[in-house]
Amino acid sequence: MITAAVQEREHYLNQSYGIKSWLLTKDHKRIGLLYLFTVTLFFFLGGAFATMIRIELLTPTGNFVSSETYNKLFTMHGVAMVFFFLIPSIPATLGNFFLPMMIGARDLAFPRINLLSWYLLVIGGAFSLFAMLAGGVDTGWTFYTPYSTTYSNTWVIATALGIFIAGFSSILTGLNFIVTVHRMRAPGMTWMRMPLFVWSTYATSLIQVLGTPVLAVTIVLLFCERVFHIGIFDPNLGGDPVLFQHLFWFYSHPAVYIMVLPAMGIISEVVSVFSRKPPFGYIFIAYASMAIAVLGFLVWGHHLFVATQSVYAGLVFSFLSYFVAIPSAIKVFNWTATLYKGSISFATPMLYAFGFIGLFTIGGLTGLFVAALGFDVHVTDTYFVVAHFHYIMVGGTIMAYLAGLHYWWPKMTGRMYPEGWARLSALVIFLGFNLTFFPQFILGYLGMPRRYHVYPDEFQVLHVLSTAGASVLAVGYLMPMIYFVWSLRYGKIAGANPWGATGLEWKTASPPPLHNFDEMPVVTHEAYDYSTVIGEEVQVG
Amino acid sequence: MGSKLPLFPEQASSIAPDVDHLTLFLLAVAIFFTVLIFSSIFYFAIRYRRRSDRELPHVQHGGMALEIIWSVIPFGITMVMFTWGARLYYEESRPPDNALPIYVVGKQWMWKIEHMEGQREINELHIPVGRAVKLTMASEDVIHSFFVPAFRLKSDVVPGKYSTLWFTATKPGKYHLFCAEYCGTRHSGMIGWIYVMEPQDYENWLNGGPPPATLAQGGERLFNSLACSNCHKPDGTGRCPSLVGLYGKTVQLASGNKVVADEDYIRESILQPSAKVVAGYPPVMPTYQGQVNEDGILQLVEYVKSLGDKPEDKKRAAGTLGEQH
Repeated sequence: MITAAVQEREHYLNQSYGIKSWLLTKDHKRIGLLYLFTVTLFFFLGGAFATMIRIELLTPTGNFVSSETYNKLFTMHGVAMVFFFLIPSIPATLGNFFLPMMIGARDLAFPRINLLSWYLLVIGGAFSLFAMLAGGVDTGWTFYTPYSTTYSNTWVIATALGIFIAGFSSILTGLNFIVTVHRMRAPGMTWMRMPLFVWSTYATSLIQVLGTPVLAVTIVLLFCERVFHIGIFDPNLGGDPVLFQHLFWFYSHPAVYIMVLPAMGIISEVVSVFSRKPPFGYIFIAYASMAIAVLGFLVWGHHLFVATQSVYAGLVFSFLSYFVAIPSAIKVFNWTATLYKGSISFATPMLYAFGFIGLFTIGGLTGLFVAALGFDVHVTDTYFVVAHFHYIMVGGTIMAYLAGLHYWWPKMTGRMYPEGWARLSALVIFLGFNLTFFPQFILGYLGMPRRYHVYPDEFQVLHVLSTAGASVLAVGYLMPMIYFVWSLRYGKIAGANPWGATGLEWKTASPPPLHNFDEMPVVTHEAYDYSTVIGEEVQVG
Repeated sequence: MGSKLPLFPEQASSIAPDVDHLTLFLLAVAIFFTVLIFSSIFYFAIRYRRRSDRELPHVQHGGMALEIIWSVIPFGITMVMFTWGARLYYEESRPPDNALPIYVVGKQWMWKIEHMEGQREINELHIPVGRAVKLTMASEDVIHSFFVPAFRLKSDVVPGKYSTLWFTATKPGKYHLFCAEYCGTRHSGMIGWIYVMEPQDYENWLNGGPPPATLAQGGERLFNSLACSNCHKPDGTGRCPSLVGLYGKTVQLASGNKVVADEDYIRESILQPSAKVVAGYPPVMPTYQGQVNEDGILQLVEYVKSLGDKPEDKKRAAGTLGEQH
């Protein structure tokens, strides 16, 4: 099926063959694909856990699995999804592949460290997988003490060690990106000519480098208490259990921005390309990413409003949480304004981007709800919070990840995905997602607590709706999985620039040659000058 | 079916309507912005849909005025949210002085409740309607969270310290009590009921059954059996300070600091006596960590508090204060 033209031209995929050429590769594009493969595995693993959770919750009595198993399911769902899918997803796959190309570089600054990062993720993942297979862990992905250090009889240390190791993968990737952006930009690629995806990935990298070490420290302290009984968090040993929550959220709140900032970067690219207009307020979107990265470190205490933190700390953290909402709002408004008088295409990446904006808007606005102290006291640790963060992390990050995958798929593989099926998948996922998680807002306000294996009868109808939605959502997620694989062999051959996009990654062949560009690109324009790719000027409106 | 699909929780505390008003405000703002964004996207996407592959729209780089408008207005709205939420939170943190004190101990996986008059309950809490109730809560093991959706209130119950929660129930009835902080295998079984009763029914409930020892009486027994009374003599002649009238007073410590003798201080002094030693006394008290459980500590605390409740003590305390002026 592969045409002669593609077969003849050398590119990163046919440069060399064999398992060693992949496992020892230093090419950022191949490493990106290794990550893609790895995180997809964890996504479907986490999805399988979620499926079992939703089946269990169909009935209030807890008759599908035991309480022990249920508690392990939601813990492993969280661990797999947060640490081994969401955090590495966009930066480590699409960032790895496209960040160097978008700034006109041949590779990342440290190709060997880049490969090392992937191995660290795999080793960390292997530890956590081992823990899951050996019997699982039941602390919740948040590992709250003293339950995790003193009371749980499950595989806490193996899981935590996996997360600890994967954390170094995240740190090294962040470091690599920061150095690459500073040192490897092509001639003429000034900061203000950088694509917005590069800006947001850069901001993400700062969080990864500054935040992840705190997670590592926290895990070491947890290890010391659980294994050596050194009193840090357990009050019976002289520790403070709430200290753990401060340390944990000091990383894990910024980690939400590790998940969502790169997603915002993709949306900025996609909305611009499929409106054929530069992003409205480029500079505001770029600086909003940096503002989110900084402010994200100042709001961790809003996870502790009912955790016996002082009233005044509660007031300060609530106040600061509203500051971080503003840059996110600015982005949503700017994306919407970009559409105004644009040339709007309804290609799949744009449909996913619309889905992102819709779900992120709902997730962001309900974030304003839970930042309000008097409201949060009622809904914290209920399904309201579950719904809120799934709107951000699943509705936001995964929609954007899929937008990015569809957008760059032709570049990565040289093939087009089937457009009809892809549009359908965007619709199915959007509807399935809302049916799954919207009822959970109501459940939470009614008082349904999180992490309940058995629940009162009156919550059943909403749980059944949610499970029905999850079935639709599962179909939606399987669709791209199938047609992406299908397209590798049967997809239409993609040209160098199928979307009429302006980024440097589109100025080279699809799939790109080993060193990305046949000759060093020189940048003479701002990032989004569509007059350079669309020959004939036609006015609209 | 209607009763099977509730969309709004019952309001049964004085704060619940206030929380719901805030919710309605938040909802109104959210609906406004959701409709604004969704309808703009729909309208722009259809109005400006691509009609030819060659078309190239006008370039607009942005507008300072718009950026300022859509930063400042939302910020103003969020500050209303902040202030409103903060006001409720502050109110929720300030129990009235005359609140009925009740003690709660959370442990895997049950709620143990102790009333002043000595009644004990498990996974049930009976309270009178219309009267402020203040819960003082401790945990025997891991973190739990005392959550009553109909009251719109919850507070974590953290081992190693006391947390408090206060409310005034406004409607007689039976309401869910949930543990909201994941606490292990049977977390979802750590549930119970709050019974809000008419004052007369509550009195009858209190008087039902044999009259048990009050909390303070239980504490007095422990105080003697643990030999606390050997050193803490009421007239101050013992090796340790007298505890009469201690509760609520400011204590001068050997370290030079001062501390208010509240429940947490008394609890800490039982478990870690050397942490805050009273000025003028040697640090001779042994720790009672492991010798007395959270129930017992609550009883001891209540006994110490009851020592300060005697009218002559109050008069004396007032007199001392008066002399200082």
